[in-house]
Amino acid sequence: MTTGGLTIMLISVSTVTLLFAWCIYKVLSIPGETEHMHGFEMETPDEKAQKKADEKGA
Amino acid sequence: MPAQTSKESWSSRIGVILAVSGSAVGIGNFLRFPGQVAEFGGGAFMIAYFTAFLLVGLPMCWVEWTLGRHGGRHGFNAIPGIFLSITKRPIGKYLGCISMMLPTFVFMYVVCIEGWCLAYAVNMITGKAHFTNKTEAESFFASITGIASNGAAFGLGIQSLAVYAIFAFIANFILLYRGLSKGIELFCKFAMPTLVIIALILLVRVLTLGTPNPSEPESSINNGLGFMWNPQKVFLEVPTLDDTGTTAWHTHQELVGKESIENAKKLVQAEPSHWQIRKVGVLDQLKKPRLWLTAAGQIFFSLTVGFGVIATYASYLSKRDDIVLSGLSAASANEFCEVALGGLITIPAAVAFLGVADISTDTSLFSLGFKVLPLVFSSMPGGMLFGFLFFILLSLACTSACLAALQPGIAFLEESLNIERKQAVSILGLITGIGACFVLYFSHNLTALDTFDFWVGTCLIFIMGIVYSILFGWVLGVDKGFNEAALGAAFPIPSIFKYIIRYICPLFLISIFALWASLDVLCLGTGGIDHHITDIIGNRQEGIQPNTIAILSIGLIVLLTSFLCLLAKRAAKYQPY
Repeated sequence: MTTGGLTIMLISVSTVTLLFAWCIYKVLSIPGETEHMHGFEMETPDEKAQKKADEKGA
Repeated sequence: MPAQTSKESWSSRIGVILAVSGSAVGIGNFLRFPGQVAEFGGGAFMIAYFTAFLLVGLPMCWVEWTLGRHGGRHGFNAIPGIFLSITKRPIGKYLGCISMMLPTFVFMYVVCIEGWCLAYAVNMITGKAHFTNKTEAESFFASITGIASNGAAFGLGIQSLAVYAIFAFIANFILLYRGLSKGIELFCKFAMPTLVIIALILLVRVLTLGTPNPSEPESSINNGLGFMWNPQKVFLEVPTLDDTGTTAWHTHQELVGKESIENAKKLVQAEPSHWQIRKVGVLDQLKKPRLWLTAAGQIFFSLTVGFGVIATYASYLSKRDDIVLSGLSAASANEFCEVALGGLITIPAAVAFLGVADISTDTSLFSLGFKVLPLVFSSMPGGMLFGFLFFILLSLACTSACLAALQPGIAFLEESLNIERKQAVSILGLITGIGACFVLYFSHNLTALDTFDFWVGTCLIFIMGIVYSILFGWVLGVDKGFNEAALGAAFPIPSIFKYIIRYICPLFLISIFALWASLDVLCLGTGGIDHHITDIIGNRQEGIQPNTIAILSIGLIVLLTSFLCLLAKRAAKYQPY
């Protein structure tokens, strides 16, 4: 690997790592933020209704 | 009590980060990205890649999250409805149908690739995927995928793709039938982080390989990293005579490492009429439209923007939810997995075991993942176990993508036919089952899969990306859009993105698309006609006939899109417009 290649690799890897680390820091440091953060895991309305019905049944 | 509360809070926060990260990680991070970096050289590709990330990837992420929640707050969860809530005109629902068709077709071929991954995992652990040379690996790939002829993927036994693809298809729909929280959540919170942990283990393993075969010092991790990341590409070329008797130089092999370059120089000095060395710098690469198309396509594909998947999920969020940090976290997690993990594992390992010459001619996703890597695992101590884990985890990545890709279709069927989720899942299962069988059966040269991937998974993504950016920047309005995004956000989207989303995003996308179309489709300059075009229309000058399977694939795309548009036209929920 040439010096140019090493430089590009280090800049690329450190840029994305720092960005990801900054996001984790923001999530951990902002009070109550986790309740308002989402990936693709949220429930659809009919599932929420089903869950409520199950809880009532239990 | 305080300790317990703290522990619960910590666990919840990590869970959220893992869930957000998990939703962004996919097969393209580990296989597609490294091959593309190696093809164009790290310097040029990363410039185009980060430019595309800042000018279209990240803004388009926020655009999709915002448009999705905007539609959700107006009572729509399907893309046609979300578009309608913005355009207030019928064209919105028809554009939405095209957007929604995109993930549905992506599912049809990704579920087959999931079958490939499962087939490789099982054959790895049973020792049947242990290869001693590239021919064996290629032959195994051809046998699993049924490349030789249509229908060859069908059969029984542990080397039959149909068994794995059907299993993958059923597993996906069982998870969807059970519900999102028990399906996608499981993969996001547990399986995907496991993939990242395994990727880290593989990364350490690969970076400590050094020079596996001391008799071949050129085959080393250092040269593997150089092959990917060096800004300047060096090629050894040979002359060939074309039909008109003119001499043209063609690449004989790519050169990486001091020794191979020195050896090549000696060849050129000895026979200057037979050999030449050509260096391609960063600026030369940046002038290639295909580089920009590839980099932007990779950003779109890996961030899943332009697919309509993010918009559908965001439509279920309330105004208290933070879509700005959620979008940024998902995008950054994806970039981390792609550049810091995917970018350092596959290509360096392949070069260390096989050398540059063996892999530089073909660094496509399929070749790298299913021909080169199995050979690498075969050469590595304990490689069968590593290979098994790698392919199991790739199949989990595919499953996550498949589950996400089906949600827009389910939401649309629920909305347009006014039916329950489970009924919608059943109808979509029938439609996608036909499509997946089509891809599985027409496996000759993977034409059906390749046609879907090119027209839907590459071209249409760009077109829909342009539509999304125009809808946000010009129809909804950037100010209104930014106000919507700011609801519940810990911090607002930086205001510079107002200009980027309104002007640069659509211009950037239109420019790249126009460049590609003019050079590859209209054959201006020296680009040549892309084979996907000649597959459809043929080429009289070169005597190429249209490909029937490609035409059938396009026919299926048009047929399903028309059907969806018809449903949207008749849907009661969309009638006020």
